[in-house]
Amino acid sequence: MGRAAPLSFVCAVAHLAGAYFSSRNRLRGQGGGGRLIWQQLINGLVTGSTYALIALGYTMVYGVLQLINFAHGEIYMAGAFAGLLLVTAAELPFLAALVLAMVIAACVGVVVEFVAYRPLRRSSRLAVLISAIGMSIFLQNLGLWIFGPSTRSFLPPFPVVSFEIGGLRTNTLHLLTLAVALAMMVGLQFLVARTKMGKAMRAVAQDREAAALMGISVNRTIAFTFAIGSALAAAAGVMVGMLFNAVTPTMGIMPGLKGFVAAVLGGIGHIPGAMLGGLVLGMIEVLGVALLSSQWRDAIAFAILILVLLYRPSGLLGKPAPEKV
Amino acid sequence: MGMLDAADAAIRSLINPYYYGILVTIGINIVLALSLNLVTGFTGQLHLGHAAFMAIGAYTAGVLATRTEAGFWVAVASAAAAATLFGIIVGLPTLRLRGDYLAIATLGFGEIVRIALLNLDITGGPFGLRGIPRETNLPLVILVVAVTYLVLASLVHSRIGRALIAIREDEVAAAAMGIETTRMKVTAFTVAAAFAGIAGALFAFWFRYLNPSSFGFAVSIEMLAMVVLGGLGNLLGAVLGAAIMTMLPEALRTAAPAVAEHRMVLYGALLVVVMILRPNGLLGTSSEHGWLEVWLRRYRAAGRPANGPRGERHGAA
Repeated sequence: MGRAAPLSFVCAVAHLAGAYFSSRNRLRGQGGGGRLIWQQLINGLVTGSTYALIALGYTMVYGVLQLINFAHGEIYMAGAFAGLLLVTAAELPFLAALVLAMVIAACVGVVVEFVAYRPLRRSSRLAVLISAIGMSIFLQNLGLWIFGPSTRSFLPPFPVVSFEIGGLRTNTLHLLTLAVALAMMVGLQFLVARTKMGKAMRAVAQDREAAALMGISVNRTIAFTFAIGSALAAAAGVMVGMLFNAVTPTMGIMPGLKGFVAAVLGGIGHIPGAMLGGLVLGMIEVLGVALLSSQWRDAIAFAILILVLLYRPSGLLGKPAPEKV
Repeated sequence: MGMLDAADAAIRSLINPYYYGILVTIGINIVLALSLNLVTGFTGQLHLGHAAFMAIGAYTAGVLATRTEAGFWVAVASAAAAATLFGIIVGLPTLRLRGDYLAIATLGFGEIVRIALLNLDITGGPFGLRGIPRETNLPLVILVVAVTYLVLASLVHSRIGRALIAIREDEVAAAAMGIETTRMKVTAFTVAAAFAGIAGALFAFWFRYLNPSSFGFAVSIEMLAMVVLGGLGNLLGAVLGAAIMTMLPEALRTAAPAVAEHRMVLYGALLVVVMILRPNGLLGTSSEHGWLEVWLRRYRAAGRPANGPRGERHGAA
C-alpha cells in the first residue's frame, strides 16, 4: 500500500455511500442525495477532528512507552469539566478557559504518569496495562463521585451562527472545532519536528536506552509527552462538550476508545497517522450510521478496530515493524 | 437432582435467604474469576471482555428457558457450547495479536456483544429478558465451582498448563522451545469462555432476569480486579479474590453506604496499588516482583550486621 492508498480508500467509501444515497432518494423521487452525503461527511469531519486530537495523545504515549494509556479518555473528561467550570463558574473568556483547561489536563496527565506508570517502568506489560486500566476506572468513578452522574449543559460562551456554504449547513462552532484541531496539529508537528524537546521525544520513542545514554532525561521526556497528549485531549473534551452541549463523568469512555481505534487505524506511534485515522474514523462512522442505524454507531468503530488489527496491524500509515525482542 | 434438592433443603433450613443469595453470587463469581485467571493469570493475556462470554451463556440459557421446552441441563450445556463457539471465533484471530492489542480487541468484542444484546429482538433489547425459572441453587453452584476448580487445576498442572505459564513468562522463548503459542492461547481462552458461559447460565437461572447492562465493561473489570487481588496465576487466589470482592460491597453497604456506592473508585485504585506493590496479588505465582518485595529486601539487607549502619556501630564497639 502506497501513500495514496488511504485517500483512495476514503474516496471509495464516500463514492459507494453517495451512490447508495442517491439511489435511495431517487426511489423516493427527492434528489439531492449527493448533498446529504456531503452534509454527513462534514459532521464526520468535525467529530473526526476531535477523535484525531484524542488519538494523538494515545499515539505519542505509545511511541515513547509502548503503553496503551487507558486513562486517556478520563483525562479528556477532566479537560471538559475543567473547561466547563472555567467558563461557567470562573466566567473566563473562551480562549483563556480553553488554554487553562489544557494546562490543568496536562497536570493531571503528568500526575497519572507519575503515580501509575513510572513505578512500573521495569515491570511486565501486563502489570502496566492493568495499572492503566485501574487508573482509568479510578478517575472515571472519582469524577462520578465529585460531579455526580447527571449530564451538565455546556453552552458555548459565544454566539453560534448557522450558515450555508454551497448548500451545506454548518455553524461557527463546527468551524471553530476544526480550526482548534488544525491549530493543535500544526503546533504539535512543529513541536515534534523542530524543537529540542520534540527531538528528545523522537529519540526516546526510537530507543529509550540509547536516548538515555545520549544524555536525554527519559523520565522528563515521558512526562512531557503525557503533558502534551493530555492537553490535546482536553482541547477535544472542551470542543465536544460544547458540540453536544453535554459534559458527564462517563463521557470519556467511548471517545477514549475511539481515539485509540483512530490511533491504531492510522498506525500507532505515527503522529500524522493519528490525525488521518481520526478523520477517517469520524467519516466512516457517520456513513455507517447513515447506512445502518445510529444504535450500531459504537459497534462500527470496534469492528473497524478488529479488522485493522487483523489485516493491517501497522495501520494506514505505519510501517510494518518486526517485533523487538 | 434428587440429592441436590435434599442438600438444598438442608442448607436453606440452616442459613437465612440473604446469606444464601450472597453465597450463590460468590460461587458464580468464583467460576468467572477462576476462568479469567486461566487467561490473564496463567497465560499472561489481558482479557477485558470476559463479561461478554458470561452474557452469551446467560442469554443462551435464558432464551432457551423462556422460548423453548429445553430443560435446565440442556440450557446450561447450550450456554457452554455457545460461549465456546464464540471463544474460538474471537480467540483465533485476536490471540495472534500482541498482549496490549488483545486487551483492546477483547474490550471491543465485549462492547459489540453488549450493543448487540441491546438491539436484538430475541434478547428483549433494553427491557431485558424476563420470566426465566429459578433453577440455580446453592448445592448446584458448589458442584459447578468444584468441577471448575478440578478441571482448571488439572489443566494448569498438565503439559498445557506448563506451556501457558511459559508463554506468560516469555512468549518468544516459549515459541523457540516448540510451544505452539497461538494454539495454546486459544485453548486457554476457549476453556475460559466455556466456564464463563456456564457461570452466565447459573446467573440467568438464579436472578431470573437478564439485562445487557449486567454485562458491561465494569463487570469485566470487576472480574479482573478479583483475579488481580487474589493473585495472578493462582487458583486459590482467584477463589479468595472473588469471595472478598463479592462480600466487601455487601459489608460496606451497611457499614459505609457512600463507599459501597463508589466502590469502583476503590477497585481502580486497588488495581494500580497492587500492580505497584505486589503485581502477584495476594497469592500470585508469576516471577514478577513489585516494590513491596524490593522494600522488604532492602529492609532485610539493612538489618544485617555487615551492611546496615547499626551493624557497623556494633562492629566498632
